[in-house]
Amino acid sequence: MPEPTGATPGPGTGRRIRRIAWQLRVVFLFAALAVLPYLLSYSQQEIAVLLVINVLLVSSYRLLTLTGEWSLGHVVIMGVGAYASALLTKRLGVPVPLSMLLGASMAAATAAILSFPLFRMKGFYFLIGSFAAGEIIRLIWKRFTDPFGGPKGLKRIDPFPDIDTGFLSIDFYEPVNYYFLALIVVSASLFVLYRIERSRIGLTFHAIHWQDRLAESVGVDTFRYRTLAFVIASFFAGIAGGLYAHYVGAVNPTRFSVDQMVYVLVWAIVGGTATFYGPILGVVVLTVINEIVLRALGLDTARPLIYGAILILSVLYLPNGLESLGPRLRTRWQRWRSGSAAGRREAA
Amino acid sequence: MAALAQRFGRGPQGSRVNPQNERPILEARGLTRRFGGLVAVNDFSFSVRAGAIHGLIGPNGAGKTTTFNVISGFYAPTAGQVFFRGLDISGRKTSALAAMGLVRTFQGSTLFQEFSVLDNVRVGRHLGARAGFFRRLLGADRRSEEKADAQAQETLAFFGLEDLADEPVSNLPHGHQRMLGLAVALAAEPEVLLLDEPFTGMNPEETGRMMTLVQGIRDRGVTVMLVEHDMRAVMNLCDVITVMNFGALLVEGPPEVVRNDPAVIEAYLGSATADGAGDAA
Ligand SMILES: Nc1ncnc2c1ncn2[C@@H]1O[C@H](COP(=O)(O)OP(=O)(O)O)[C@@H](O)[C@H]1O
Ligand SMILES: [Mg+2]
Repeated sequence: MPEPTGATPGPGTGRRIRRIAWQLRVVFLFAALAVLPYLLSYSQQEIAVLLVINVLLVSSYRLLTLTGEWSLGHVVIMGVGAYASALLTKRLGVPVPLSMLLGASMAAATAAILSFPLFRMKGFYFLIGSFAAGEIIRLIWKRFTDPFGGPKGLKRIDPFPDIDTGFLSIDFYEPVNYYFLALIVVSASLFVLYRIERSRIGLTFHAIHWQDRLAESVGVDTFRYRTLAFVIASFFAGIAGGLYAHYVGAVNPTRFSVDQMVYVLVWAIVGGTATFYGPILGVVVLTVINEIVLRALGLDTARPLIYGAILILSVLYLPNGLESLGPRLRTRWQRWRSGSAAGRREAA
Repeated sequence: MAALAQRFGRGPQGSRVNPQNERPILEARGLTRRFGGLVAVNDFSFSVRAGAIHGLIGPNGAGKTTTFNVISGFYAPTAGQVFFRGLDISGRKTSALAAMGLVRTFQGSTLFQEFSVLDNVRVGRHLGARAGFFRRLLGADRRSEEKADAQAQETLAFFGLEDLADEPVSNLPHGHQRMLGLAVALAAEPEVLLLDEPFTGMNPEETGRMMTLVQGIRDRGVTVMLVEHDMRAVMNLCDVITVMNFGALLVEGPPEVVRNDPAVIEAYLGSATADGAGDAA
């Protein structure tokens, strides 16, 4: 097709400019993420690694919420991925990247089995049911010292193997290097989650959320699709768990308790779940507040209190989450600009 | 797949052979549904001929919606069976029945309110736009999705809603919402369509348009079962009318017979004046 020439751009031009602008933004974002660890202290780098892992945790959680169901077991499912990957390496000598994949599959399989009792319930009952299921799994970890290590959990989990190819050697014990590893894995996972949401599968998840009876009446097997969302979300929570286990080197039942789940809920609610980036915004902003601001002020023991306050404030004053802040500021800015322009015209 | 192709390939009306001695496309035998002590549907039997517009009427609370809910798999029958194309479908899942070609609409506007008009119908195309998980992930479903979009647009055009494709549903007036509900159901390519009070809340002009549309749907080869209170619409549209009262069959026959049946007049007058609810208990 010939390019439209002359002063008036064709209809394709605007779309192309928007696409280039979008691509530029992604390039800038990755450039910033690549530079970031070099601006941080060692302990801040460690926090950055956990932040990247938590981004995947909360983004995978959002996929489940698309169908309208909120679970209280998501962090336990992450733990299933962590325990499974750790045990596969410790007991069976499975190499680490493969063990993470198998651990994530284990988390997904757990979700598939749990969906039979859990998706007989909806809303509040599902919430409580998922909590109970998570507690049962945690009880199993605590009760069966062999192989789960009981209340103390598993220690000395194999780290991610070093890469050493003569001219290039990467030691993943270094937080900077693990940061880049996690960044690559999480980016790839987010891309998959995004593709799923933008496909008809995502449309169907939303449809089930808004009117499950109508969806069912035109042939959507709502049980199957709820299970699918749960299984996919759990797979990526399992990936997050594997990344966590082989970075920290230890897992225990307390690490995956409902307290941790509350943080995930706060990230999701404060960020907002209407958009893909909402929960990511939530976890990034709250982590920065928590780790940089609170720590600097020596207030980090007050974390639950301050998280609670932030949650209440955001529900009161920002009910649609941080994600709604951008569009809101933009319209206000536009109104202010057109308002002041009108004022100037009046004055003239 | 074969069933789908068959539904695709079916021409208007005439291709269903020999209405006289064909077995009914939809049939209920001794259908009963209890809610605790309340018998909402009581030993109710009827049969629907393929290609017909079959009315189901009765006073409020007679059990019409419950009958639809049982036929369409939302509730399991307490007793009795439902047959679709001669197959016992009692207690099957709603989505499985939709895949077989039995689709229902809802009383009131039941839509995906937060979606655009087009997206509503796109969800309605769920069964016709099958693709595997990894094909979707890789975007390899583009061809079938484009086709599904085109078909959704066609369905919208049939209802005269094509110019509103990108509107959010919540912006639509009530009459248009009712039509969209029908469009979503029709997008699923039903063989039998159960319509629950499609004319409620419509003005006379909208009712007239809707009647033409229901006839058009039948002319596309879809069998229609219609629950409706608008007697003018029912009498004009239906080939056969089944009247139920207190969950049971009262009378069945062509409109002119049903209209003049003393039992029917009595049932309607009874529920309008005397204490009908008291009689029910
Ligand atoms: N889910 C339910 N639980 C209890 N009672 C119900 C339920 N659905 C319907 N009923 C009762 O069954 C009777 C028939 O209702 P319905 O089928 O909605 O009547 P119609 O559609 O003919 O007006 C009514 O008495 C109604 O209260
Ligand atoms: Mg009703």
